[in-house]
Amino acid sequence: MSDKIPFTLNVNSREYQVSVEARQTLADVIREECGLTGTRVGCEHGVCGSCTIIVDGAPVRACLMFAVQAEGKEVRTIEGMADGEELHSVQRAFSDNHGLQCGFCTPGFIMLITAALEQNPAPTDEEIREMLSANLCRCTGYQNIFNAVKQYVGESTETTGAHKND
Amino acid sequence: MKPAPFTYHRPGNLEEALDILSQVAHEDGRILAGGQSLVPMMALRLAFPAHLVDINDIPSLQGIEVEQQSLVIRALARHAHFHQPAVSGPLGSMLATVAHSIAHYPIRQRGTFCGSLAHADPASEWCLTAVTLGGSVMAQNRNGSREIPAGTFIQGPMTTALEADEMITAVRLPIPDADSRFGFYEFNRRAGDFALAMCQVMFTPEEDRMTGVRLGIGGAEEVPRRLGEVEEMLTGQRLTEKVILSAAERAASMITPLEDIQTPVEYRRHLVGTSVRRALKAARDSGNER
Repeated sequence: MSDKIPFTLNVNSREYQVSVEARQTLADVIREECGLTGTRVGCEHGVCGSCTIIVDGAPVRACLMFAVQAEGKEVRTIEGMADGEELHSVQRAFSDNHGLQCGFCTPGFIMLITAALEQNPAPTDEEIREMLSANLCRCTGYQNIFNAVKQYVGESTETTGAHKND
Repeated sequence: MKPAPFTYHRPGNLEEALDILSQVAHEDGRILAGGQSLVPMMALRLAFPAHLVDINDIPSLQGIEVEQQSLVIRALARHAHFHQPAVSGPLGSMLATVAHSIAHYPIRQRGTFCGSLAHADPASEWCLTAVTLGGSVMAQNRNGSREIPAGTFIQGPMTTALEADEMITAVRLPIPDADSRFGFYEFNRRAGDFALAMCQVMFTPEEDRMTGVRLGIGGAEEVPRRLGEVEEMLTGQRLTEKVILSAAERAASMITPLEDIQTPVEYRRHLVGTSVRRALKAARDSGNER
């Protein structure tokens, strides 16, 4: 029953050969088998959003997927965001707006925002707030996270010419 | 906070899934679709199935289609598939409104409509929707399939008519008249949290009077249900302030509220009254926008 299942996990365009029990969550396997500890594990039952990563373009709770379910999928984590020393523009927007305090929730927020804005590049303020309500920041620095999203949306809609709703 | 060990199955087609399910049903074998309720319950060790049959790789279970005046929602249709209207007309708009009240954005990427019915949480928005609209559940095992009305499918909190070797392959919702109006209101303490009370209402206006009234309450009792008495009160009426208030009062007095330490019976009654009032006003105003 606790037999290990060998398979290939694709994280940030790199292939990891892993062998894990079916009951191991994607969050735990990314941290413990792939050694990518940027993904945070908070509540382990889908409430806090700290472990949010991107699977085939969708923001998902990595604690609510079993690692075996990610076989054949493209997984993106916080480690895949920056290009060498250069921050991804969502990360830079967080830095510019003081969008983090203790930093524990930050990787989850960055991945949530990145995927949600890939799906909907020009959200309204209401849509941004609704999206951010998915994740918890126990420093309660939500306003600066909101400001970071606004900056990022402004930058990306300027360059792509997408229409802004408000 | 780690799930107990289980054997994992990932069939590639429905026939294979039903064969596996029939073999593991007696050992608490469960279907894994979105996993957004089942996996937390496994993490909390409230559930510890010995087998999980993962249906995510079964192409025939994907999609939402219109078939003979019904919207057929297959087992892998995610909540997020309703963010934009899945069908034209009032049904698509209502489903989009309801979908935005379900948990949070990332949960909606994985969680499924049919999974919500299989789970049958009293606070489930989709259970309320299926009951209010008179939907039905398509259940199948290796010997055949059957169609179960949503109102009889949901038997109690987390309890359904589904047999251990059966799975939901789709839920069917009848498509209402193109000129029908709807309203939905949900009260919860935090965005995305479980509903403490919700009301869904739909009717067809004739002149300015209501016909074909459907009014359902969820989150407040053990199971979602339509309030026939309130529907009768509203039928043939204009949606005036007085009619709205008396319907809300009747609904609040009729229910048998769930009770917990933070939610006394009288509070929940009050929330039901408020939900009915606001859902009816939303239905009235949705008409005015046209």
